[in-house]
Amino acid sequence: MNALIKDRLATAMFWVAAGLVLFIMGSLVGYILYHGLVSMDWQFITLSSHAIEAGDGIIPQIFNSCYLLLLTMIISVPTGLLAGIYLAEYAGCGPLAEMVRVAIQTLASLPSIAVGLFGLLLFVNTTGWGYSLVSGALALTILNLPFWVMLFEQSIRGVPRELAEGSLALGATHWQTIWHVIIPSALPALVAGTFICSGRVFAEAAVLLYTAGMSNPPLNFSDWNIYSTTSPLNPFRPGESLAVHIWRVSSEGMAPGVRRVADVSAAILVLAVLAFNFAACRLGRYTQRRVTGHRGTVPLLPFPYKPTTFLKNDKIFSRDRD
Amino acid sequence: MSSRHFVDRVGRGFTLFCLALVFLLTITVIYVFVSKGLAIFFINGISPAEFIFSSRWWPGRPVEEGGPLVGAGAFITGSLLVSMPAVAVSAPLGIMVAVFIVEIAPEWGRQVLQSAVDMLAAIPAVVYGYVGLVWLVPLIDRHLGGGGLSLLAGFLVLSVMILPTIISVSTAGLRVLPLELKHASYALGSTRWQTIRMVLLPAARSSLVTAVVLGMARAFGEALAVQMVIGNTREWPTSILSPVTTLTSVITMDMGMSVTGTAWNNALWTMGLLLLLMSLGHILVIRLVMRKEAVR
Repeated sequence: MNALIKDRLATAMFWVAAGLVLFIMGSLVGYILYHGLVSMDWQFITLSSHAIEAGDGIIPQIFNSCYLLLLTMIISVPTGLLAGIYLAEYAGCGPLAEMVRVAIQTLASLPSIAVGLFGLLLFVNTTGWGYSLVSGALALTILNLPFWVMLFEQSIRGVPRELAEGSLALGATHWQTIWHVIIPSALPALVAGTFICSGRVFAEAAVLLYTAGMSNPPLNFSDWNIYSTTSPLNPFRPGESLAVHIWRVSSEGMAPGVRRVADVSAAILVLAVLAFNFAACRLGRYTQRRVTGHRGTVPLLPFPYKPTTFLKNDKIFSRDRD
Repeated sequence: MSSRHFVDRVGRGFTLFCLALVFLLTITVIYVFVSKGLAIFFINGISPAEFIFSSRWWPGRPVEEGGPLVGAGAFITGSLLVSMPAVAVSAPLGIMVAVFIVEIAPEWGRQVLQSAVDMLAAIPAVVYGYVGLVWLVPLIDRHLGGGGLSLLAGFLVLSVMILPTIISVSTAGLRVLPLELKHASYALGSTRWQTIRMVLLPAARSSLVTAVVLGMARAFGEALAVQMVIGNTREWPTSILSPVTTLTSVITMDMGMSVTGTAWNNALWTMGLLLLLMSLGHILVIRLVMRKEAVR
């Protein structure tokens, strides 16, 4: 009964592997949340920070992160969606389309520090904007736009072809089919993907070090005139994001006060990304129910490299009629 | 032409315009990296062999003393030494967990593990680096000595960081396998382990390779998490406890200090070009593997 014993041993091995991963995850998340929540109090979060003094808050950093995310999304989501529609619906899989895909995928997997180098040259130095939120948002766009395009292409590809065929058979044009049939059916996946991508943007640091900068001007949170230099809304001011803040304070040495700032920032950052993922899951399901009328699993796409894309490329059919 | 056909044309044109924009952006990025990355060879006259194999790094050396030295050998070695072992550890572990999730775990175990993997994936890179710095580094220092900031710390941080990537891609690949494969194998009298080893894993080979390659890409390209824990000494590492420098960490630390157009800055762009070529290579490998699979 050699095979049976081997089977038992293998099963034990799989359980051990799973236990190990659970243990790593538990201790890591536990460590971050424990240290963060112990030293967190409300005053700490809401006061604004002055360099490294103990007891300083991180509200400007939180604001900057949100603002950067907003600016990035305004550019990336519409462009990414439309480009994704073209890739999924019109482009087919000829050599040119495949070349475009390879180029976009390469850019999507380009390490973020390399994109930061590019952003420093192009947006900070060449345009003369200096370290600013605009430079940061544009660099974030370069980093994430290809990612959105691939994600949207895949979400649209995931719609069953029978739906599109039915619509075309009823005499709808291709664009009507896309707009009234395909996009609504893909909506749950689009929404979920958007939120997951937003979490990525929110947590990104390497690209922002030398584009959005590592400092904040004195901010006046009652000043909402975007041309004013002390207004938090002014996009041409430098703005340190929460993730960058963690990197900067921990590379400046570990005084007790600094340790506390970094602990709280790390916990907030992790909680924020978890909230994005949770929202992705919930909103995806909600949209699914609204669109299709039944509860189903939302095709969550944590990764734009899911094997199906590449498989489908070879068997793609053209919905194009001309 | 009726109005709806007009809208049809306009819609198509508009989406094409957006795609062209994205493509143009990609081409611009690639062009800038290639042109700035090759400047060190053509303008500063450094030979490619010296850049890749020499570890003498003194980019600010004055011309009268013989000009700048920009050997990136130690950094390239550092990048490989930190990321390759991380992949070697995480790939088997990640694939085992993926098999566990898909084939072995009871329902509750599957759900717990799935959310654990999602949580691991949700931890930002800087937080990995930060926990490495305040927890792992002192731990290594206390038990193994050497100050803690080391190759070992970088390797450990990276191997945890790439786990969720490997697990989620392999899980997706194993899930889409046709059920008949498994049924046929069981019908022939195989045990579960035999089925996994001889039927399911070979059948999912292309997604497993993809998972590993993506993990490698992430490990090789990670900047901040690694930079925070490896000490960044610009020499060849002598042991697993000695500090190292990677391509990404050199770029992180020097890009704010070097002036555009100098040999120093050009060397950073050349390292950026190396990273770009690596990611192109990763993508091509993945596509090749997938294509083979589709043809079969």
